[in-house]
Amino acid sequence: MNVVVCVKQIPDPASPGSLDANNNLDRSSKLVIDDSDMYGVEMALQLVQAAGGGEVSLVSMAPNGETAGLRTALAMGAEKAVLVSDDALKGSDALSTAKVLAAAIKRVEGFDLILAATESSDGYTGTTPVQIAEVLGLPAVTFAKHIEVDGSTVKVQRQTEAGYDEVTCPLPALVTVTAGVVEPRYPSFKGIMAAKGKPLDQVTVADLGIDAGSVGAAGAGQKITDVAEAEARKAGEVVVDEGEAFQKIVEFLDKLKVI
Amino acid sequence: MAKVWVLAEATNGKVSSLSLELLTKARDLGDTVEAVTWGADTASFADELGAHGATKVYDVGDIGTSLPAVPVAAAIAAAVEAGNGPDILLVGQSYDGRDIAGRLSAKLDKPVLTNVVDLTAGDPPVASHAIFGGATLVQATFTGSAPFIYAVRPKSFVAEASGGSATVESLAAPEAGATDAATVVDRHVEERSGPQLDEAAIVVSGGRGLGEAKNYEMIEELAKLLKGAPGASRAIVDAGWVPYSYQVGQTGKTVKPTIYIAAGISGATQHMVGMKGAKNIIAINKDQEAPILQIADLGIVGDVHKVLPQLIEALKARS
Ligand SMILES: Cc1cc2nc3c(=O)[nH]c(=O)nc-3n(C[C@H](O)[C@H](O)[C@H](O)COP(=O)(O)OP(=O)(O)OC[C@H]3O[C@@H](n4cnc5c(N)ncnc54)[C@H](O)[C@@H]3O)c2cc1C
Ligand SMILES: Nc1ncnc2c1ncn2[C@@H]1O[C@H](COP(=O)(O)O)[C@@H](O)[C@H]1O
Repeated sequence: MNVVVCVKQIPDPASPGSLDANNNLDRSSKLVIDDSDMYGVEMALQLVQAAGGGEVSLVSMAPNGETAGLRTALAMGAEKAVLVSDDALKGSDALSTAKVLAAAIKRVEGFDLILAATESSDGYTGTTPVQIAEVLGLPAVTFAKHIEVDGSTVKVQRQTEAGYDEVTCPLPALVTVTAGVVEPRYPSFKGIMAAKGKPLDQVTVADLGIDAGSVGAAGAGQKITDVAEAEARKAGEVVVDEGEAFQKIVEFLDKLKVI
Repeated sequence: MAKVWVLAEATNGKVSSLSLELLTKARDLGDTVEAVTWGADTASFADELGAHGATKVYDVGDIGTSLPAVPVAAAIAAAVEAGNGPDILLVGQSYDGRDIAGRLSAKLDKPVLTNVVDLTAGDPPVASHAIFGGATLVQATFTGSAPFIYAVRPKSFVAEASGGSATVESLAAPEAGATDAATVVDRHVEERSGPQLDEAAIVVSGGRGLGEAKNYEMIEELAKLLKGAPGASRAIVDAGWVPYSYQVGQTGKTVKPTIYIAAGISGATQHMVGMKGAKNIIAINKDQEAPILQIADLGIVGDVHKVLPQLIEALKARS
C-alpha cells in the first residue's frame, strides 16, 4: 500500500511569529516540520508496515526550497518527497495551496491513501485537505482518531461533537488525522543519515502545469485590510500558596455569588 | 441587497447554538436571510431557525449514511450554478461545517475566510480572525465575486431570537459519485452528565499538571460542587485521560463561562484561544511564569494536589 502524506513546513513555533511587509506570515526564516504532520507521517509508516509493503511519500509546498521539515519525515522512515517551491506561490490562500498540492500528489504514482493533519499550527484553516480531495475527485474522512486499512477499504473513527462515528471508505481516499492518533517516533541517527540520500524532487508551478497567475498573492481571492493588536487580558491578583490560598478562591467565588 | 445563507446544523432535532449565532449575525449583513440544513428530522427545528431570522429553510433532506460535506456542498453548488445561490454564506467552524466549506470552495473555485471571530457589514463583509494565539487581529475581505464564504468560530456572536418564521423548501443534492463514497456505519455517543461544556456557566479544566489520570477525579468533583462542567487541555486528552469532547481550545470547544478554573494547565496559545472569553479566570499552577497566570483574574502559585483537595473540602463544608 502506498501512502502520500502532506507535510507542512512552518516557522519554528518556539520563536515569536511576525508578519512581512504584505501582512503575510513571515516564512523567510528556517522552517521546521509542523508537529501536526508528525502524526500523519507516523500513521502512514504504521499502515504501510501493517499492509506488509508499500511506500510512504511526502508532498510539501514551501518557500526558498526549504527541505528541513521533509528531511525530518524522511528520517522517520518515509521513502521520497516532492517539494513545490516557487516565488509565485508567496501569499497563496488555502484553495491555491490545495490545487498545488493536488498537482504534486498526482506525480506520486499509484497512491492508495493521502494523509494530512486536521489543521496546521500556523495557518489553521483546516480546509486545505478537503479542498485537495475535491480537486482530485476523492472521498475524504476528516478528524480521524483511529485508522485501519482492510484490503481496499479504510476504516476510520471520526471525532464528532458527541463522541465518534465509525466510517468506512473505499480507497483511494484522503483522511485527516488528529493529534493523538498515534505516537510519532523520533528519527534515529541511522534514519537521519539515510534521509540524506533519499530522493527529493523539487518542482515549480510551471512543472506542475499550473498558471503562476492563478496562485500566490495574484490568485488569492482575498486581501488583508488591517492588522491590529488584540486587547490583552491583564493579570489580576497572584497569590503564592502557603497553605491557605484555597481561601482566596472561596472568597472569589463568594463575591461572584456562585456558592 | 445581499442574500445571506446560513448553514444550520442540528443533532437529534436540536439546532447547534453556533447556527443560531450565525443567523443572528446574518441579519446585520444582508436583507434576505435563509438557512440551509439537512437531516431526517428537519421539520422539528425549522421553526427555531425561523425564530432566529431565517425566512426560508432549504432542506437537503435525509443524507442517509453519507458524511454531510459532499451532499450538502453539492446541493449548495447546484443552487449557485442555477443562479439561485446566496451572495454570502456563513458556515460554522464545526467538524462538518468546515468540511462543507472546503468542498464547496473547491467546487465553486471560491476562497474561504476561516476562523472568523467578527464580521463587519460591507460589500463584501470584512472578517476578523486572530493570529499568534490571539495576540493579533487581522481584518480581511474578498477581492473576487460572490458567493463569499466565511467559516465562523463558535461564540463569536450572541444568539437572539427575532420572532420570525420560515417556510421550508427542498434543495436537491445532485449525485456526487466517487467523492461521496465514505459511509457512516456506526455512531458512538460519549455520555457525560451535568451541563454541556460549551454552555456551562462554570467550567473547571485540568491539565498535565494533575500528574496522572486518576487525579482528574478532583476536577470532576469540583465541577460538580460548582454545578459546572469539567474540561481539559489537549495534553491530557491526547494522553487518553479524558475523551476528546472535554477538550477546550483551538481544536476543541470554545467556552465563554462566567468562571473558568484552570488547574495544572500552562496556558498554551491554542488552549487560551478557547477560553480567553471567560468573564473570570482562576488558575492554579506551580510555576509563577506559566502564561495562564498572566491572564488570570486570580492566580494561585501552588500545587494542585494541595490546593484542590482543600478547596473541595471547603466547598463541601459550606453546602
Ligand atoms: C495545531 C494545534 C492545536 C492545538 N489545540 C489545542 C487545544 O484545542 N486545546 C489545548 O489545550 N491545547 C491544544 N494544543 C496543545 C497546546 O499547544 C499545549 O501543548 C497543551 O495545551 C498543553 O497542555 P497542558 O497545559 O495540560 O500541559 P503543559 O503545557 O505540560 O502544562 C502543564 C502545566 O502544569 C503545571 N504543573 C505541573 N505540576 C503541577 C502541580 N503539581 N500543581 C500545579 N501545576 C502544576 C506546569 O507548571 C505547567 O504549566 C494544540 C497544539 C497544536 C500544535
Ligand atoms: N504548504 C503545505 N504543504 C504541505 N501540506 C500542507 C500545506 N498546507 C497545508 N497542508 C496540509 O493540510 C493540513 C491543514 O492545513 P491548513 O488548512 O493550513 O490548516 C496541514 O496540517 C497539512 O497536512
